[in-house]
Amino acid sequence: MTKQEIIEKTNVALATEFEKDPSLFNPQENLREALELDSLALVDLVALLESEFGYKIKGPEIIEVKTFEDLYEFLLKKQSDEGHLAS
Amino acid sequence: MDKRVVITGMGIYSCLGKNLDEVRDALYNGVSGIIFDPVRKENGFRSGLTAQIEIPELKNELSRNQRVFMPEQAKYAYAATAEALKNAALDPDYINDHEIGLLYGNDSSAEPTVKCVDIFREKRDTTRIGSGGIFQSMNSTVTMNLSCIFRLKGINLTVSGACASGSHAIGLGSLLIRHGYQDCVICGGAQEVNPFSVCSFDGISAFSVRENEPAKASRPFDRDRDGLVPGGGAATVILESYESAVKRGAPILAEVIGYGFSGNGEHISNPNVNGPQRSLLMAIKQAGIDIREIGYVNAHATSTLIGDRNEAKALHLVFGDHKPEVTSTKSQTGHEMWMAGASEVIYSMLMMKGGFIAPNLNFENPDEDSALLNIPSKRIGKHFDIFLSNSFGFGGTNSSLVIRNL
Repeated sequence: MTKQEIIEKTNVALATEFEKDPSLFNPQENLREALELDSLALVDLVALLESEFGYKIKGPEIIEVKTFEDLYEFLLKKQSDEGHLAS
Repeated sequence: MDKRVVITGMGIYSCLGKNLDEVRDALYNGVSGIIFDPVRKENGFRSGLTAQIEIPELKNELSRNQRVFMPEQAKYAYAATAEALKNAALDPDYINDHEIGLLYGNDSSAEPTVKCVDIFREKRDTTRIGSGGIFQSMNSTVTMNLSCIFRLKGINLTVSGACASGSHAIGLGSLLIRHGYQDCVICGGAQEVNPFSVCSFDGISAFSVRENEPAKASRPFDRDRDGLVPGGGAATVILESYESAVKRGAPILAEVIGYGFSGNGEHISNPNVNGPQRSLLMAIKQAGIDIREIGYVNAHATSTLIGDRNEAKALHLVFGDHKPEVTSTKSQTGHEMWMAGASEVIYSMLMMKGGFIAPNLNFENPDEDSALLNIPSKRIGKHFDIFLSNSFGFGGTNSSLVIRNL
């Protein structure tokens, strides 16, 4: 999956789960503030990403993710680490 | 000195309507809320009969982060409670400045429990269950959700007393106020309607199988009854000390003057006569009234063979020659179980305020015991100022409430 494909898939999933307008997502924006993620909603973010991308995500990993761009990069790296080939 | 306990607000979300006005009209017109659900049959239910209720859409009222913790019955309870608070003229500022309690009847949360376990079994990964699962699955889901949404700071407790849960919640709330522990308690009962919640109940052949005539299936006290029909929704009443209600200029609708309770101490599902009889007598004694002042009895009668028979016997033993009208609104709603004790107080209140008694639908032929009662099968116009409401549950838990018009 290319980075652009990851971005698009992620934004659609986030917008649906957290009921936000994806056109307002800004790569440099703070993810937790934009999506109103408290500690419980963060669990839903992990569950959502695992469901959408099929990777197992550990708690400490997601804590490092601050912005939307961080998330896209994290997923891109995860894809690489998992041995998936970018198309 | 004991405090007087008054009702200052009500709200309801049931198969008869989504608010007090709709429900009052449905009661008046003798509407049945029962349908046949073919999906239940396809999935192995013995009976496809159920009450029909639309889950409220709360997207415009509550945030995603609030709704994610709410199972079906918590949404019903939210709708009923929002109406009750408005009805009682309790605004967020007042609630924030006072210790408002919450006692709500609920005795299951099957669907989220099943869904969580399904995800766990399939994925072998607990994270995939998500954050809502634990809060939706717990039996206290209704009180934990409502107390956070409405920012309630008083007692916060779920009452699990099987099919008497809602009635016990009101009774216990009245005791807390009567003895000065709380000035205002939101009381009620909620019941999920999804198939998971009642499949095991269906499994013990408790439900009517009169599937070709859904509106005629729930027939409390009728000779040809063949079981109950499951229903649900939520009902909320606002209990308040008389002093508190007067002080804030609240509408005062009625007074809870008696709460009786008892245990049968016998069979887990078969009710007896003595337990309900003691509950009735206790409520009437606490009310301090002459039994002839009771103008209407809202029976527990669920349309089961033994339950209705034994309640009829208990009522006859208690009331003797005085024969107030006795009906079971379950003839219209089916058995609303954990919710029933609260909803039936509201149904009775609507009738008391409206000067009528809704028909006991499908009461075509009495049996030996119901023949001893005064059961109207058609709506009647009647002014009454005191009613008694019965609720009984599995395990032999009984609750009776006596309420006076104000």
